[in-house]
Amino acid sequence: MTTKSLTFPRLFPRPQAKWGIWSWIGTVDHKRIGTLYGITAFIWFIVGGIEALMMRAQLASAEASLIDPETFNQLFTMHGTTMVFLVIMPLSAAFFNWLVPLQIGARDVAFPRLNALSFWIFLFGSLIINASWLTGNAPNGGWFGYAPNSGTTFNPGLGMTYWIVGLNILGVASIAAGLNFIVTILNMRAPGMGMFKIPIFTWMTLITSILIVLAMPILAVAGIQLQTDRVYGTHFFNSLGGGDPVMWQHIFWLFGHPEVYILILPAMGIVSEVLPTFARKPLFGYPFVVFAGAVIGFMGWFVWSHHMFTVGLGPAVNTAFAVSTMLIAVPTGVKIFNWLGTLWGGNIRLNTPMLFSISFIAMFTIGGLSGVIHASPPTDSQQQDTYFVVAHFHYVLVGGALLGIFSGIYFWWPKFTGWFLNEKLGIANWALMMIGFNLTFVPQHWLGMDGMPRRIYTYAENMGWENSNLASSIGSFLLGVGILVFIINVFYSMMKKKMAGADPWDGRTLEWSTSSPPPEHDFDEIPQVKYRDQFWFDKYPETISEYYGHNDDDQAVPSGAQIDDDGEAAELPVVSGGADDGHGDGHSAIHLPDKSYYPFILAFGLAIFGTAFVTDGLVLFAGAPFFIWGLLGWSMEPVND
Amino acid sequence: MWTFLGSDVMFFGAFIATYLVYRGKSLNGPYPSEILNIPITSVSTFVLLMSSLAMVLGLHYVKSGEKNKATLWILVVVVLGAVFMGFQFVEFREFAHLGLTPRTNIFGTTFFILTGIHGAHVTIGVLWMAFLAYGSHKGSLRADNAQDLEIAGLYWHFVDIVWIVIFTVIYLISATDGPPPGMESVIHG
Repeated sequence: MTTKSLTFPRLFPRPQAKWGIWSWIGTVDHKRIGTLYGITAFIWFIVGGIEALMMRAQLASAEASLIDPETFNQLFTMHGTTMVFLVIMPLSAAFFNWLVPLQIGARDVAFPRLNALSFWIFLFGSLIINASWLTGNAPNGGWFGYAPNSGTTFNPGLGMTYWIVGLNILGVASIAAGLNFIVTILNMRAPGMGMFKIPIFTWMTLITSILIVLAMPILAVAGIQLQTDRVYGTHFFNSLGGGDPVMWQHIFWLFGHPEVYILILPAMGIVSEVLPTFARKPLFGYPFVVFAGAVIGFMGWFVWSHHMFTVGLGPAVNTAFAVSTMLIAVPTGVKIFNWLGTLWGGNIRLNTPMLFSISFIAMFTIGGLSGVIHASPPTDSQQQDTYFVVAHFHYVLVGGALLGIFSGIYFWWPKFTGWFLNEKLGIANWALMMIGFNLTFVPQHWLGMDGMPRRIYTYAENMGWENSNLASSIGSFLLGVGILVFIINVFYSMMKKKMAGADPWDGRTLEWSTSSPPPEHDFDEIPQVKYRDQFWFDKYPETISEYYGHNDDDQAVPSGAQIDDDGEAAELPVVSGGADDGHGDGHSAIHLPDKSYYPFILAFGLAIFGTAFVTDGLVLFAGAPFFIWGLLGWSMEPVND
Repeated sequence: MWTFLGSDVMFFGAFIATYLVYRGKSLNGPYPSEILNIPITSVSTFVLLMSSLAMVLGLHYVKSGEKNKATLWILVVVVLGAVFMGFQFVEFREFAHLGLTPRTNIFGTTFFILTGIHGAHVTIGVLWMAFLAYGSHKGSLRADNAQDLEIAGLYWHFVDIVWIVIFTVIYLISATDGPPPGMESVIHG
């Protein structure tokens, strides 16, 4: 090949290092990017948790004065923003990155450098939002940033500007990642893997990615409109100029409700992988789980106004949204019955990932039920802006999304690292989290029913709210101890290094067919797929007829033989390992994309652009060289030298 | 690219929806009927649509390996895109001169932000096409990687189509929009 291409002068040689910090900055490996997402998000998780504990400390007793009202506003704003955008979404992204290529039998995502760009933009965006703490201007308008409270009239500081800039930058990262996973899942599946043979976690990733790609631009629009209102004096949400603050609520929740499903669907995918593995049964009603996920993803667009029942949109609108909100509980309920059906009659092993997954079902059901309660506008009018709502969404987001994520961490940790997390500490972690979580949020239901409003920094002594608040605060610190046990577990297990093989749980999907941790190229041979849960049937071909009834294999292959011996699936070994392609180490012929610095440089330039809004317009000129350098260098850099 | 365009549809969709919701809600002038110049904008719309034709021809000649014709037609796209930007620049300046800025009223706010965001898309497209025209001239854009141009072309056609929607919504539908009902006497009386 002697094709001519444009070249861009390199200031640095292309990164080659396999270890050390430069190997991470230049990485395009989906597993390393997943690790970066995971570690970064976990650090923000600790930050967001500390913010929550500070609020609970203040609320533990009536008329406390640990924290002044202004700081309290900043704390609840940043707690919500952090947990949604900097913790649950990127922790899910960590799993997407690690697992999707492994589950579909690919060697990387479709656009490895774009993937790296997503991470770096996410990192810089999260740093910009949190840098507001250092300048004393943390955002204080709530994670929903309602206008006109978030406009300059009522919020003259720089806080909400940090918030908008940070979220818009994070939005770019999410959209880029979403595009990447859609294309990866649609185009890079292993031979033979039809859409209804891909593992359920990958399905949920696909639906989540579609939601991200469609919902994040709406948040970007809301951010841009609020930003121009704040910075240039436009009138989008300014009623004096003909604008309407309710418009903000519509646009924000049109993004915000799909966002809820962006947060929960990955956890549902994780649970749908853990339960079949430890019940030693296939997922009950796989097509129903897929369709329920798709229906949730679709209907999630038609329920946003249930966040706005008390705005006064009129009975017709409220009724329509009440009905659609109640309807969306149906596919969610379908999933819960599928999970129960998976457990039913299974050969259940109760270890840490399984405990987290079963707790997920229970806690998420509670959160779902309290959700249906305020799908009714008259009921919601009572509960709007009370602790009842706080309790509800923490049951779905902590009891749902976070427990699912912890289940996934314990489940796939041996695959990520090659060693197990300690089981006893794991169970202690689970028990403390469950006790602490329920102790925190059960009393908040009562507080909400009793009329305690959200987002107040203190309350009067004679309201009768003290005991419940104290219990809630004690629970929150227990929850914190549970997280601490997890951190201890990671370091303790790292020292003990109880090694795990390639397939420690007797898994069902392709990621367990490669070594733990997987080699850089994931699979020595790209797997051939014939069945859903292909890896399981490779191990136990005698179970094929049990699950699929009569099929060709039944006739052609005696029980116990390799299923790919019937000629259809060629002679390639299905399971990786021990490949003999005649290249010495077995994989020197595999081409992986080379490392690249340009995603980092481009993201850095973009981040400097962002800081211009909170510093000075001239800063744009400081970002431009990095941005242009990254863009041109990238576009003229070949994937492989 | 199709997925990105899907994302961008939502982006423009939200801005256009905002415009439509706020249509006719301006509390003071200038109103659309007083300021929009449909003949001139029709010309710039024509220019932008013709650039899509040039885009198709450029892609055709890249695929058939006729380097010079390909470079020429991609350059035509760049020039027509730049001319459209020029029209928009003149229009913005004219409006500002007539007293309509993003701060003046809700029409100004929604008009300038929506068309401005579209203009930013055109600018990015012009720069992208200029880069590809250079690549075509240098021989790095050939039939075997014509996909590079095809992807850029998808973007370009998309930005054109969005303009057709914007032109319809802002210029054609709102052309007669004056003060909101009941406000005429307040403003002009």
